[in-house]
Amino acid sequence: MTKNCDCQSENIDLKPALDIIESYRGKDGSLMPILQDVQSIYGYLPETVLGTVSKETNTPMSRIYGIATFYSQFRLDPVGENLIRVCHGTACHVSGAENITLALETELGVVDGDTTEDKQFTLESVACLGCCSLAPVIMVNEDTHGNLTPDKSKKVVKKYEQREH
Amino acid sequence: MTEITLSINGEEVSLDKEMTILEAASKLGVEIPTLCHDPRLKPYGACRVCLVEVEGARAPLPACATNAADGMVVKTDTEEIHRLRKTVVELIISDHPLDCVTCEKCGNCALQDLAYKYDITESEFKGEKHSLEPQEDDPFIHRDLDKCILCGRCVRICDEVEHAFAIDFNYRGFKTQIGTTYGKSLKDTTCEFCGQCISTCPVGALIEKPRLDKGRLWELENTLTTCPYCGVGCTLELQTNNGEIVNVSAPLDIGVNGGNLCVKGRFGYDFVSSTERLKTPLIKKNGEFQEASWDEAIKLIAGRLSDIKKKHGPDSIAGLASAKCTNEENYIFQKFIRAAIGTNNVDHCARLCHSSTVAGLATAFGSGAMTNSISDFADSKAILIIGSNTSEAHPIIHIEILKAVRFKDAKLIVIDPREIKMSKFADISLHQRPGSDVAVLNGLMNVIIDEGLEDKNFIEERTEHFEALKKNVANYTPEKVEEISGIPADGLRSAARMYATSGASSIVYSMGITQHTTGTDNVLSTANLAMLTGNIGRPGTGVNPLRGQNNVQGACDMGSLPNVYSGYQKTDDESSRNKLEEAWNTDLPTNKGLTVVEVMNGGASGDVKGVYIMGENPMLSDPDVSHVEKALEKLEFLVVQDIFLTETAAFADVVLPSVSFAERDGTFTNTERRVQRIRKAVEPVGNAKEDWKTLCAVSMAMGYEMLYESADEILEEIASVTPSYGGITPDRLGQDGLQWPCPTSDHPGTPILHQEKFTRGLGKFHVVTYRPPAEEPDAEYPLILTTGRLLNQFHTGTMTRKTEGLDEIYPVAHVEISRFDAKKMDIKTGNFVNLETRRGKIKAKALVTDKSRKGVVFMPFHFKEAAANILTNPALDPIAKIPEFKVCALKISKAD
Repeated sequence: MTKNCDCQSENIDLKPALDIIESYRGKDGSLMPILQDVQSIYGYLPETVLGTVSKETNTPMSRIYGIATFYSQFRLDPVGENLIRVCHGTACHVSGAENITLALETELGVVDGDTTEDKQFTLESVACLGCCSLAPVIMVNEDTHGNLTPDKSKKVVKKYEQREH
Repeated sequence: MTEITLSINGEEVSLDKEMTILEAASKLGVEIPTLCHDPRLKPYGACRVCLVEVEGARAPLPACATNAADGMVVKTDTEEIHRLRKTVVELIISDHPLDCVTCEKCGNCALQDLAYKYDITESEFKGEKHSLEPQEDDPFIHRDLDKCILCGRCVRICDEVEHAFAIDFNYRGFKTQIGTTYGKSLKDTTCEFCGQCISTCPVGALIEKPRLDKGRLWELENTLTTCPYCGVGCTLELQTNNGEIVNVSAPLDIGVNGGNLCVKGRFGYDFVSSTERLKTPLIKKNGEFQEASWDEAIKLIAGRLSDIKKKHGPDSIAGLASAKCTNEENYIFQKFIRAAIGTNNVDHCARLCHSSTVAGLATAFGSGAMTNSISDFADSKAILIIGSNTSEAHPIIHIEILKAVRFKDAKLIVIDPREIKMSKFADISLHQRPGSDVAVLNGLMNVIIDEGLEDKNFIEERTEHFEALKKNVANYTPEKVEEISGIPADGLRSAARMYATSGASSIVYSMGITQHTTGTDNVLSTANLAMLTGNIGRPGTGVNPLRGQNNVQGACDMGSLPNVYSGYQKTDDESSRNKLEEAWNTDLPTNKGLTVVEVMNGGASGDVKGVYIMGENPMLSDPDVSHVEKALEKLEFLVVQDIFLTETAAFADVVLPSVSFAERDGTFTNTERRVQRIRKAVEPVGNAKEDWKTLCAVSMAMGYEMLYESADEILEEIASVTPSYGGITPDRLGQDGLQWPCPTSDHPGTPILHQEKFTRGLGKFHVVTYRPPAEEPDAEYPLILTTGRLLNQFHTGTMTRKTEGLDEIYPVAHVEISRFDAKKMDIKTGNFVNLETRRGKIKAKALVTDKSRKGVVFMPFHFKEAAANILTNPALDPIAKIPEFKVCALKISKAD
C-alpha cells in the first residue's frame, strides 16, 4: 500500500507551491485547498512539495500524508498520459464494474490505482461518475464511455493507445 | 468551580473540580472499561467501550469524554450497556488475530481482558481480515499492524505528549492503518524513539523490540528505580528475568515523568549486561593490565597513596567524584578525600556543566539550584528558554514545557544560536551569536525598565542594589544589543514584553548559559531578569537551570566540590569545619582545593602526583583532551573506578570494577532537588563492587575508619551533618522522594525556593557587563564551533554507545553546518570534513542542516572517533572555573 518516494522530486520547481502557500497565509484550515491547488499545478502531490507545505504551514508531514491518503481526490504519484476512471457507483457496481476493472487490470498489467510502466495509462476506481443510465461506465480523460462489457472496455482503452502511437 | 454531586450506580460522589464521568467513577472505585483512553491524553471517545447510561440522555454516552455534571444519574453496568460493550468488543475481535498464546502482550492486553470479561471466544461478525507483515526493521519498536485496533492512542501520544508527529492514520475505511509518511522507516521520520506509543498501546500492536522472546509478563520481576541518564530523574521500572534486564517501563502515577520516558531511559540499558563490563580489579604491570584480587588492589592503592601523601603532602593528591554515582557514594568519596587523604582537592564534572550556576545563583539568591519544580511549568504563563536544547538534553521537561505551551496557552520564547526543536514551537524565536548572552539579557532588562514593566514592589521589598543594575542596563539598548548579538532590536523588545507581562514567567537554561568564560555572568543575568520582574518564589516562575547528569545535583549537594562540604557548608567556615571534624573524628584541611581543570593543569605541571577518579571520563568530557592526556600520562599514580575500561581508565595504574545503577541501592537527587531512591534489580557482574564499599576499604587500609552496613546508613549520616538534607531519611523517601531543603523529619520538602524571602535574605542584583568570548572568529579560523548533546547519545557514550539501537539511530559524529557555509565550501551531507582549532584537528562527517545558522557549526561530544573536545577551548570562567565549551574559533575544509 505504501507509495515509493518520488525520485524526480529533486528537479521539481517549488516556486508555484510557494505562491500557493503564500496566497493562503494567515487563513486557518487552508491545508485542503492548498493541497488541491498543488495537485492542479503539479498533477499530483510530489513529496518535496509536501515537505515545503509542511514546513511553510507548520503542519506535520505525517498529518499531510494522512490527509493526502484519506481523500481519493489526491494523488501521490504522477498520473499517466491517459487517466482511466472506472465507475464503481451503485448502478455500475450491479452492472459489473468489478469485471471492468479486472479486465483493464489484465489488459494494462497494473493494479487499480497504479500507472503503467510506460506511463501511458493510470487506472483508477471512482465512486460515481454521475451517468448511471450508461452503466457500467468509464471515463478516459474527459471522454465518457458507457454500456460497456469487459471486452468493450479493453477496446476503448486500446484506441487511446493507438492514438498515441 | 462550585462543588457538584452526581450519582453513579446509586452511590453519590461529590467533586470540587471538573472531571469526566470516567474519572468520577474511579473516585468511587467503579471501573469502566476503556480502550482508547489514557490519562496522559485528551479525551477522545472513539472506542465506545466506556459507554454509560445517563438519565435523561438520548443515547448512552462515552464516560471518558463526557464531563460529570451536578445531579447526573449515571449507570455503568446495565444489561443494555453490557450488550453494547460486548458488541463493540466482538466487532474489534472480528479483525484481530487470536494468537494470545504467543502474543507478547498476553496478560496485560486491554482487549484480552475485555474478551474475558464479556466471554468472547470468537466473533459473530465474519468478514475480511487484515493480513499485513509485521514491521521489524525499526530500532526498538516492533509494529504488528494486524493487531492494531485503530484506537489512535499511539498517534495521539506522539502528537499530544511527545510533540513528535511521526505517525498518523493513513488511508481510509478498511484500509486505514497507522503509519509513517510514505511508509518510511521510523528512522527517516521525526520519530524520537521515546516509546510512548508502546507504553500506551492497549494491545500487542506495538511492543518493545528488545523484549521479544525474553519471557512472559508474569515471569518478570519489577524493580522501581530512577533513571541513570539525565537530571530529570524519571521513575522507571526495571523488568528482569533470571537476573537480566529485559524491559523498562514507567508507572503512570509515580514520579516526575508520569509514565513517559525518552529513548535512553526506555531502551538504553544494554550497557548493564555488556560483555565489556569490568569484572575484576586490574593492575598495570609493565604497561599491561593484569587481573588482580581485591585485596591486592586495595593494598596497592592504599600503599601508593600513603607514600605520595607522605612524600609530597596531601595536596599532591586529588579526587574526581562522579555525577553518575549515588549521593551516598559522593558523600563517602569527598569524606575519603578530605578525611582520609586530607585535602580539599575534590571536584567532579559539575565543574564542566553547572559550576557557574552554583556560583551565580548562590550569590544572587543564596542557593544554587533550580528554584521551581518540573510540574510547575504547568502554571507558567510564559517560558523563556535560553541556551537549553531541552528536547534533546532533557526530553521529559521538553514534554512538560510544550504541554503548557500547546494546551495551556503559555507563551514560549526561545533564544538559541541554533534552530532547535523548541524554536519551532516558540511564539518568539531568536538566535543570538554564541557568547553574547549577557548583552541579550541586559537588553531584555533595558526594554523592561525603559517601558516601566519592572515589578517595583518586588524590587523594593525583596531585593538590593537595583539602582546599580538600572544604571548598567541603560547602556544596552536593543539597537546596541542587535550589533553585539545579531538579534533584531524589535524581536528583543517583543520578547522582553512577553516575559515581563505574563504574570508568571519562568526562565529555563542549561549549558548554553553556563559553559562560557562568562558563565557566572550569564547566570547572574538570568537572576537579575527574574528579580526585576518579580518572577521568582511563585508557582510557574523561577530561574530553572536544568542539570545534565542523573545525580549532578546530588554530587554537588554532597560536597564533591573543592570549596564546600555537603549542603554547601563552606570549607573556610570554621563552625562548619569544626562540626564535620567532630562528626568525622579527624582534622580537616583549611585551604581551598583544586577544580577539575586545575587538577589536570596540576598533573601536567607535576604538582599533582596522584589522582583518584570515580566514574568519570575526562578523556572525552574535558576541554582540550590532548592536554588531559599529557596530564594523566605524567601522574605518578592514577586509580579509576568505573563500570567500563574507559578512555580515561586506560591511563590508570589500578582499575577497579564498579556496579551500574541497576546493581545498587542508594539515592539520586534530580534537577528539581528531589532526592529519589534507586533500587538494586540485578546482581553485580563478576567481582564488581559498589563504589562506597571500595572507598571504605581503601580508607580503612589507609588507617582512617569508615564502616557502613548499607547505603541507608550513609544517608542517615548525610542527614545528620547536612542541614538541607536533615529530614531526608531512608524511611521517608517512599515512591516520590523529597525535595530539599527538608531540614527536619516533619518537613514536607520544598517544591519552590525563595517564596517568602531569598535564602540569603534579600535577592542581590549584580552589575554584569558584556565581555566577548575568549576566542572569536578571525580570518584564519572564521567559524564558531559550539558543542552539545544529542537525544540518542549521552555524555561520553560509555553507556549509550553500548546499546545497539541507540548507536543505530545516530552512529557517527556529524558536524552540523548551515546551508550557507556548506555551499560556500562546497560541502554536502555525508562529505568528510577536517575541523581545526588552535588546540587540535579532527575529521568528521558533515550534515548540512537548517538547524545550524550561518557561521555557526555544531558538533556533539559523545564520540571518541571524532572527539569534539580535542577542539574546544579550555579558557575558564574566572569565578566558576567552567571552560568555554560553547564557543571557539574553527576552520573547516573538505577532507575528500
